[in-house]
Amino acid sequence: MVEVKNITKQYGGKKVLDNVSLSVEKGKITSFIGPNGAGKSTLLSIISRLIKADSGDVIIDGQHIDKAKSNDLAKKISILKQANNINLRLTIRELVSFGRFPYSQGKLTDLDEKMVDEAIKYMELEDMQHKYLDQLSGGQKQRAYIAMVVAQDTEYILLDEPLNNLDMKHSVQIMKVLRRLVEELGKTVVIVIHDINFASVYSDNIVALKNGKIVNDGPAKKIINRKVLKSIYEMDMQIEEINNQRICVYFA
Amino acid sequence: MKQPKIKLIVLAIIAILLITIFMLIKVSSNNWEYVIPRRAIKIVAILLTGGCIAFTSMVFQTITNNRILTPSILGLDSLYLFIQTAVVFLFGSSTMTMMNSNINFLVSVALMVLFSSILYKLFFNREDQNILLLLLIGIVMGSFFSSVSSFMQVLIDPNEFLIIQDKMFASFNNINTNILTISLIIVAVVSIYVTRYSRFFDVMSLGRDQAINLGIDYEKVVRNMLIVVSILVSVATALVGPITFLGLLVVNLAREFLKTYKHSTLITGSILLSIISLVGGLLIVERVFTFSTTISVIINFVGGVYFIYLLLKERRAW
Repeated sequence: MVEVKNITKQYGGKKVLDNVSLSVEKGKITSFIGPNGAGKSTLLSIISRLIKADSGDVIIDGQHIDKAKSNDLAKKISILKQANNINLRLTIRELVSFGRFPYSQGKLTDLDEKMVDEAIKYMELEDMQHKYLDQLSGGQKQRAYIAMVVAQDTEYILLDEPLNNLDMKHSVQIMKVLRRLVEELGKTVVIVIHDINFASVYSDNIVALKNGKIVNDGPAKKIINRKVLKSIYEMDMQIEEINNQRICVYFA
Repeated sequence: MKQPKIKLIVLAIIAILLITIFMLIKVSSNNWEYVIPRRAIKIVAILLTGGCIAFTSMVFQTITNNRILTPSILGLDSLYLFIQTAVVFLFGSSTMTMMNSNINFLVSVALMVLFSSILYKLFFNREDQNILLLLLIGIVMGSFFSSVSSFMQVLIDPNEFLIIQDKMFASFNNINTNILTISLIIVAVVSIYVTRYSRFFDVMSLGRDQAINLGIDYEKVVRNMLIVVSILVSVATALVGPITFLGLLVVNLAREFLKTYKHSTLITGSILLSIISLVGGLLIVERVFTFSTTISVIINFVGGVYFIYLLLKERRAW
């Protein structure tokens, strides 16, 4: 379990996160939603030790992340940020192989090669595994990065806006993969997401942030509700039940 | 997979060939006793500087995640000249000649390491590390050091200035042989230390976030590598003078030529290229121009042309 306790983070006097506490349920997809500047990405970065909090603790499976070895954490938790501007010329396979670094320190064993093969297969990238990243479309690239995270084989997978710049087809494809990761491999997935309908349909739990504070969290069904969403986004939206899924209509 | 290896072997053969030519050209039975040892010292100095410069530039580009930087951007070599000028300015050139060059060297290295640690504290050790800010500060500090140096150089006695001038231009004809041994020792120690970090370089080049995600103690690696860079830059500068521009040239040539991201290959390749261009350049200076120009002029000319090419190419795409 990932526990976040009293996290506070300031940037130049502005509190981006203000005394945030939460716990992430194992084996579920948890979505962070909220308006721009609510602190979602910052919270994700703090949980994954990319950013240091001013105060507060992050505890992963009972261990404080400041006290754990970075390499051990890399076998437990992985993060994929939205801006992946790697300026190396890598093939998909080479990128995915990097995911094994925490285990092999760069010298791939047979087991590592096998895990890389599986990750590539899992993301259906076998045909193009020797293509270079700069030859790929946005959706393929995103799948390649997720394959790297799959190869890293961590219990917790954190993704910062994995659907950014993707069309509906590719968005659905990515979300389905995340669902499979949770259901087939028993991973725990935490994502930052803007499209509340994707959050509603694909996630188990939703954490809503606003102005650096958690305003609501709980099962998706509980959060996707007119009153709660109004308090988060300050706009009135209609919620329809379609095929037993709650869909928000917020275009008017 | 095999191709980079073949290319490395080709580079190694060219390097050995050039070194052999350099060692044996115009050697006859009656002058070899005099010529060979002197040339050997030059070659050792070239191997040391060439290696240091290629390695530091590659590592610096990796930790800054930028392909057009060299450690000279931190103002390290102007700092070295500044220290040398300050010593002459304050204590006179006699101290320079009297002082044990090893001590002078060690003090300079210590100051340069201190300087880069301060830079690190100020600019690398932040989450919103801004490379442009670092560049700007580096350039400002660099020109500050060189302005203060030239101010002091104007004030001092012209004879004393000659002593400093010796150190201002890269030259393999007045190699600081006194510090050759200590440089060898330092480079050997640093190399042993660096091998522990070498496996991190490939992952570091994915950028800070990915490196941390993959379990690298990023801050520590960057700090230690920056210190290694400043030690090795001091060695190279103290031995022959400021030629960090060479680093930009060979590192990018290595990238273009070897077309790989693997640092083990890239670093070996750029060290070999660096040795080739230094020995080759020296041969041209000594045999074609018969010492009417210096090697830094040739390297800066070739490097400058290549740099412009790089910028123009950059405008299109990576």
